[in-house]
Amino acid sequence: MLAPQVEIMLVAALAGAACALPGVFLFLRRMSLVGDAISHAILFGIVAAFLIVRDLRSPWLMIGAAGTGVLTAVAVDALRRTGRVKEDAALGLVFPALFSLGVVGIARGVGNIHLDLDAVLLGELAFAPFDRLIWGGWDLGPRGAWVMGGLLILNLILILTLYKEFMLSSFDPDLAAISGFPPAVLHNLLMGMTALTVVAAFDVVGVVLVVAMLVVPAATAALLTDRLAPMLGLSVLLGLLMALGGYGLAYALDLSIAGSMATVGGILFALAFLGAPAHGLIAQARQAARRRERLAQQMLVIHLLSHEGTEAEREENCIRTLPAHLRWDPAFAERVIDRAERAGWVVREGDLLRVTEAGRQAAQEILGANGGAPSHPPS
Amino acid sequence: MAPFLFARREPPAPGAGPVIEVTDLTVMYGDRPVLWDVDWEVPAGVLMAVVGPNGAGKTTLLRTILGLVRPVAGSIAVFGRPPAEARRWIAYVPQRTAVDWDFPATVLDVVLMGRYRHLGWVRRPGAQDRERALEALAQVGMVHLAHRQIGQLSVGQQQRVFVARALAQDAWLYLMDEPFAGVDATTEQALIEVLRGLKAAGRTVIVVHHDLQTVPLYFDWVTLLNVRCVAWGPVTAVFTADYLRQTYGERASILSG
Repeated sequence: MLAPQVEIMLVAALAGAACALPGVFLFLRRMSLVGDAISHAILFGIVAAFLIVRDLRSPWLMIGAAGTGVLTAVAVDALRRTGRVKEDAALGLVFPALFSLGVVGIARGVGNIHLDLDAVLLGELAFAPFDRLIWGGWDLGPRGAWVMGGLLILNLILILTLYKEFMLSSFDPDLAAISGFPPAVLHNLLMGMTALTVVAAFDVVGVVLVVAMLVVPAATAALLTDRLAPMLGLSVLLGLLMALGGYGLAYALDLSIAGSMATVGGILFALAFLGAPAHGLIAQARQAARRRERLAQQMLVIHLLSHEGTEAEREENCIRTLPAHLRWDPAFAERVIDRAERAGWVVREGDLLRVTEAGRQAAQEILGANGGAPSHPPS
Repeated sequence: MAPFLFARREPPAPGAGPVIEVTDLTVMYGDRPVLWDVDWEVPAGVLMAVVGPNGAGKTTLLRTILGLVRPVAGSIAVFGRPPAEARRWIAYVPQRTAVDWDFPATVLDVVLMGRYRHLGWVRRPGAQDRERALEALAQVGMVHLAHRQIGQLSVGQQQRVFVARALAQDAWLYLMDEPFAGVDATTEQALIEVLRGLKAAGRTVIVVHHDLQTVPLYFDWVTLLNVRCVAWGPVTAVFTADYLRQTYGERASILSG
């Protein structure tokens, strides 16, 4: 038997990885909130099944939950198809209704039996090691690890075998239909996969963390790569990282485990949002700055050329007066001139700037590309 | 023209009757008719433009032929069969804006999607499919951008990718929805060369087109559509001031001067 801490981490990591896979396709189809809707609505299925079988450990609870999950997806889609409400409103209509029915059911019908709302919302990962799978007298470890591990494998198999079908129907459902892969079938398969995963994960990690595990790794992975296969891999990795890092944080600071995991997910996303190589804020600011400087260099050369050989040349093309003429900040002008010099576009002759042959060619290309002419007529 | 590879499914022999036969076709969105009692016939091997004002039902006509929209009345036969059976012989170029260009895929990924229909379920594209996709990219002058992320393409390059994807489908009938929308003159010329190549190879090409000036230049057949099918036939016979006026109202008289 493993230490309880290790078992908790194992269960959470498997849940994170299992959710991260359907999460990518939900993200690409702009359906991330469907996971949210399903994870709330299934409460109704659980409570309804419980009121019938009166046994908290019955597998019917999970079946009822999964059924409600699929029902949610179907109901949202049906509402959207009527054309009377858009998808976001349809989501907002279906899941609070089912969730609140579930809450009412707990309050009225379940009475003093333990089905408490906090556990539903936040989950109780700390209790995962106590729910064990015993078979023939052997302790096989926490039940949650088996369930989540099984779902991770199921999701992996589905996505690996139907990779091209899911990709095509997510990108261009019409072509999928024409090519003989009915988009509705693939859509329902994805919804079924999501519902099953959410139901299983929600049992161990709670509603809030399930939503975080569906959305955050996928959205973060999308910032880090431009291709689908790496996106799926990264999403799983981030799901693992979120679970393990979150547990570390909770352990170190004695915080709620689920809360810490969701927080770590948020931090990972924020890091990618700022620092991602191509799509991060920092990288984009740097690209924008580079473009600005490049444009400034081009402006400089064109400015120099248009006054070249004129009477105003001494005044216009002088390093000291140039910032004033172009309304540039002196430090910025200095940097632009430096760069242009290093690029071999201009040379200094005392205070005067002269355009080199290379600079002349560059300007020609820019002006040619824009079909423009120098703004000052030659004198 | 590069040879077309038909790995598994042989299309029916072209030339046996019209490619498309539409009779009494009516399509509604809600209670608004989009196509109203359309009779239409497309012979094999033509390069046909479909023109008409906004909301004339041009896109709907293509989508109905593909079986993506169900008519409320009338019948459609493509190669003598219902759309659901015939669509494996049809390649479709949707409007550029029909997909999300931020999707995580490269140019080659998207063109390879044209090969999926030949693979069936589960099987992944192989070396042969990759070769065919690159060939199609070469035909539209995009091989050098094969590994570019699709979000980084210009409008003209996006249209080229879509046409390459249609070429990779190896079809007998090509339906293209505004492939020239938003493209520069160079791309338009490159694409029209590709369409002429298809026609020369015996394929039938139907293009939703918005530029009336170039209709006689690019196409040999034309359909004038405005909810009802005003006229169709060889450009020389039906692309007349009279029919244009019937299709567009009075504005068109200026164009055909």
